[in-house]
Amino acid sequence: MATHRTTQTRTSITHLRRRFQRLSFILPALIFVVVMMAFPVAYNGWLSFHEWTGSARRAPEYVGTDNYTELFTQSDRFFPAVKRTFLFTGVVVTAELVFGIGIALLLRDAFPGHTVVKTLILLPMVATPVAISMAWLLMLEPTIGVFNKILRDIGLTPQPWLGSQSQALWVLMAVDIWQWTPMMAMITLAGLLSLPEDPYEAALVDGASSLQSFFHITLPLLVPTLLTAVLLRSIEALKTFDIIYTMTRGGPGFSTETLNTLAYVRAFEYFRLGQAAALLVVFFAIVLGVSVIFIQMRRSVSMRQAL
Amino acid sequence: MTDLSQATTPRPHRPLSRQAVMSKRRAQMRRITAETVRAALLLVIIVIFLFPVIWMALAAFQTQIDIISPGWGFTPTLRNFDRVFSEYNFLRYMGNSFLVAAVSTALSLLLGLPGAYAIARFHYDWLGVVLLAARIVPGITFLVPWYILFSRAGLNGTYVALILSHMIVSMPFIVWVMVPFFEGLPIEVEESARIDGATMLGTFVRIALPLSVPAIMTATIMSFIFSWNNFMFSLVLSGDDTRTLPVAIFNFITYASIDWGGLMAAAVLITLPVLVITVFMQRYVVSGLTAGAIKG
Repeated sequence: MATHRTTQTRTSITHLRRRFQRLSFILPALIFVVVMMAFPVAYNGWLSFHEWTGSARRAPEYVGTDNYTELFTQSDRFFPAVKRTFLFTGVVVTAELVFGIGIALLLRDAFPGHTVVKTLILLPMVATPVAISMAWLLMLEPTIGVFNKILRDIGLTPQPWLGSQSQALWVLMAVDIWQWTPMMAMITLAGLLSLPEDPYEAALVDGASSLQSFFHITLPLLVPTLLTAVLLRSIEALKTFDIIYTMTRGGPGFSTETLNTLAYVRAFEYFRLGQAAALLVVFFAIVLGVSVIFIQMRRSVSMRQAL
Repeated sequence: MTDLSQATTPRPHRPLSRQAVMSKRRAQMRRITAETVRAALLLVIIVIFLFPVIWMALAAFQTQIDIISPGWGFTPTLRNFDRVFSEYNFLRYMGNSFLVAAVSTALSLLLGLPGAYAIARFHYDWLGVVLLAARIVPGITFLVPWYILFSRAGLNGTYVALILSHMIVSMPFIVWVMVPFFEGLPIEVEESARIDGATMLGTFVRIALPLSVPAIMTATIMSFIFSWNNFMFSLVLSGDDTRTLPVAIFNFITYASIDWGGLMAAAVLITLPVLVITVFMQRYVVSGLTAGAIKG
């Protein structure tokens, strides 16, 4: 009886020790997540109900939901920024998806120089965004930029590009499309290469044209991969900051201001930390909402395909 | 005459009818056209993707006068690079960028690798979900609280603040890359090591990690590039002495008249290390960028 009890204690001690050992693998990461991520998010929520300029002498002042009411009813920059954020995301992700699929199809079969091409198209997305923005700024410069130089040389009217309220956002979209189309292409290409061969052989036997087999075999099989790529890109596109802030700072006027740059300006140029926090809560909710929609779509598609 | 043509073209095994020869030739023509169209399209695509980078590099070797002048020609000069180092203190910022990228990557690996292993092997799925959520939360949501807390702690403008903030990008990314890889490793090897008396830590360090070198390479390279390229966190949290390259180059354009040559030389210097890494580690960069999109 006694021996039985000791073995039992011993096993429960080994069990505990094993549990502790396992926990010790995730503990450092967990502490980091709690201190650096969970706490800031919670603090941000708390701050959104306060008014504060970040001054050490004046403590945050509780203002209830004022920051949110201000955002939704009084701010004339919030809804335009929401609209622009969605417009920007919708346009760039769609364009990147279409161009990305096209490029992936071109790169599908190996040819001499295949690897070189695949390496070269990686450059826009790995190059430092700020450096790239500077290069685009020079190219888009109205008087000395290469685009207007070309337009003048062929006898067309030079454009104001980033200097124009109606053009600036579209120019930024073009830069983003330039930067991130390769990402869509790479993901689509990886998806293409993992597709099974059998449906194509069957289609060949049935005498399907290459266009038919693209729309009836390739595209449907690729949908899960494409949805994931669109999800990843949409999350990033909603948060686009570097190229917008470095090239236009949200201007001219507020014509390129998105939720991310608006929040940045509120927090670090106006030091309205409470208002910025409220804006960030809404921004987070939007990104989360979009992500959930895509994840649900992805799930229902893979379930339908499994059936 | 017939003998000559037979000598130059290989004689078909079975004599083909005239019609069959024609259709074969047409198919061949079609294939050649398709190949030409594809090559032309690829050329256009490469020119579009490389043009800004090439333009940046060209401008880096031009004087301000050449850049501003309406013509196309120029005499190459190295003065811009010289000025970037002597006047704009670039070596210091390069050192800062390198230090922050290296340390934040190393620490992220230290936290992320065991974490990813535990998520894969001991099924801490909830931690995986939490780290996935970190990719969804806009970075600026963390930035406002950090700015306040780091100011309180007197850490604003220090390397500590920069390194910790960059880890928020790289640590979840490392876990994101490593979990599926660890899950794919054959568990039998680890089990037999455990039976032979290896500890959990020993199995992880001596069995799992050496088998994961390719994935660790991907995680390390991408984490370094993300940190090297990071702008927003560094913009808010770096100080005069700790400024990293992207922030330093951004400060160029706040001057009244832009020194375009110097700016482009600086842009080239920032981009060059990343481009070199990409060219030589293409395989790892591709798998890092497409991570998670194919499976999962």
